[in-house]
Amino acid sequence: MSKELIRLRNIRMAFDDEVVLNDLNLYINDKEFLTLLGPSGCGKTTTLRIIGGFTTPVSGDVLFNGVRINDVPPYRRQINTVFQKYALFPHMNVFENVAFGLRMPKVEEQLDENGKVVSRRKVKISEAEIRTRVMEMLETVSLKGFETRKPDALSGGQQQRVAIARALVNRPKVLLLDEPLGALDLKLRKDMQLELKKIQQQVGITFIYVTHDQEEALTMSDTIVVMDKGCIQQIGTPEDIYNEPKNAFVADFIGESNIIDGVMVRDKLVKMYGREFPCLDGGFAENEPVDVVIRPEDIDIVPVDQGQLVGTVTSVTFKGMQYDIIVDFRGFKWLIQTTDHSPVGARIGVKIDPDGFHIMKKSQYSGMFGDYSSYSDEYDELSDAEALDDGEDEGAEEERREEGYAE
Amino acid sequence: MRNKWIAAPYVGWMAVFVVAPLIVVLVYALTREAPDGSWYLTAENFAGMAGYAAVFARSFLLAGIATVVCILLGYPMAYFLSRERGRLRSMATMLIMLPMWMNFLLRTYSWVFLLERNGFFNTLLSSIGLPKLDIINTSGAVVLGMVYNFLPFMVLPIFSVITKIDNRVIEAAQDLGAGSFQVFRRVIFPLSLPGVLSGVTMVFIPSVSTFVISRLLGGGKSLLLGDLIEMQFLGAAYNPHLGSAISLVMMVIVLVCMGIMNRFGEGEGEAVLL
Repeated sequence: MSKELIRLRNIRMAFDDEVVLNDLNLYINDKEFLTLLGPSGCGKTTTLRIIGGFTTPVSGDVLFNGVRINDVPPYRRQINTVFQKYALFPHMNVFENVAFGLRMPKVEEQLDENGKVVSRRKVKISEAEIRTRVMEMLETVSLKGFETRKPDALSGGQQQRVAIARALVNRPKVLLLDEPLGALDLKLRKDMQLELKKIQQQVGITFIYVTHDQEEALTMSDTIVVMDKGCIQQIGTPEDIYNEPKNAFVADFIGESNIIDGVMVRDKLVKMYGREFPCLDGGFAENEPVDVVIRPEDIDIVPVDQGQLVGTVTSVTFKGMQYDIIVDFRGFKWLIQTTDHSPVGARIGVKIDPDGFHIMKKSQYSGMFGDYSSYSDEYDELSDAEALDDGEDEGAEEERREEGYAE
Repeated sequence: MRNKWIAAPYVGWMAVFVVAPLIVVLVYALTREAPDGSWYLTAENFAGMAGYAAVFARSFLLAGIATVVCILLGYPMAYFLSRERGRLRSMATMLIMLPMWMNFLLRTYSWVFLLERNGFFNTLLSSIGLPKLDIINTSGAVVLGMVYNFLPFMVLPIFSVITKIDNRVIEAAQDLGAGSFQVFRRVIFPLSLPGVLSGVTMVFIPSVSTFVISRLLGGGKSLLLGDLIEMQFLGAAYNPHLGSAISLVMMVIVLVCMGIMNRFGEGEGEAVLL
């Protein structure tokens, strides 16, 4: 897990003066499942295309095993891609699609100690071996018996599997996946998430996965890279990203967050709404203005006289596992997830344990997120996959969500 | 379905100007005129056609050559165009279309002046001290005329099919280890075949039945089917019954050819007929 495989160094990318990636630095370890997560237009797909070799950065280096590969064309990289909408060859059946990479003439290079090419020879894989490897791969993705079908006679999920098999059969060092589950319905998407993770562990190679779906990222990744506006906002494990978001953007993009203006009085003491709350964070200047993140599930509802804060319930939504209630605290609305029902209009008290607070430094994103005032529209826009359970118009939902961040 | 009446004018047009004439042709082909002026049912017209086998062969051969030349010239051009963007592409497309805006007869006549014994090319050749060539009134000149007139009909359908190939499919091939030659051979070319197929249809059919081109550039030496049929209706050999029979046989042969070709195209047979 610890050997570095790919490094992006000071990558800058622009299309027609529009900066897409701004001084991006990232390293990716061998056998890691890394997810590039962010809203549309954040530069995640461009990053993937640079690694795949389809786009050349304006400046900066792409290193593979320590060797600069900026000028190596895609067909000579030990990297394969699962494309958005799969891009299967429409004129070939499933078998031929998967066999495509194996049929390509390969040149094996003999290198001496200095990395200089000593000899080259063409390698051709025998038809029998192609057959064995393709059938093996089709079995891995549970598509045995579909060899002679054409892509247009397959369902979305099956096409998806063909695309994965087509890439993996070449035994690449790295598999790039560009929103591969975007076109599938919710149920299938959840199954495929687990299956992809299983496949990754089975073949034991690096997966670099691009998505705008935070739930997908949390489910599958070893490492999540949160991106926005061509910059990396945070790199970390799913737990890190969720529990210790670096700024309001990350806090809001990953899960639900109430983000409140506060002041760090001193270590382990934060002040908001004119009241001081004990917390576990430290390392800020005295009286430094901060963003306070409180996750909706970390808030306890208590009788008014025991509450640290008192507010009015303005809306209640039944979500199956819990109620989502919106509570007005002096004009700033919080989202609270609770199993107890409180009627609209009720006065309630809330209590937050010290470990329920997460304190962030002020950033360019301060004040932009974390208020649930316009609950009905904004909450829907920002909701995660669970809120999309009706499945049907999830595509539309997704689009709206992207628009929500597009500015 | 009230909407079907929208197509009524076209259906009427087709009935009057396509279906009805076809029936007339069929009737003529199956009859002959007796000396007393009455018509009788017979297969004589078809039996008498064996003598024209050479004309059939020549027509199909020349049209075939013209079609192949059109593919060889047109495919690379269409491929190049589809890879281009912006101004160059629209300019080139316009240049390809340009000859089609001129009258067919006029542009074929202009070739006569270019190829004549004392025409432009021969003047050019003799001015640099080379011997004159006999270009006009040869089969070569006829093929040249066909290629010149019908080439755009080969380029445009191929161009439009290649342009529609999803770029991600090409990237997928590169990703899987295909260099530019392999990408072309295994992805672009097979996916462009429907375009080639409609191009072939649109070049071969008018070539096989042309009579203007062979008349003007072939000088009546290499008689083609078109000339033969024309002679039966308007020429000295006046015999509309035989003419109809020849037309009918030619039509059937062409249809069979196209049917076989489409079979090769299989599922991709939804050839874009522009």
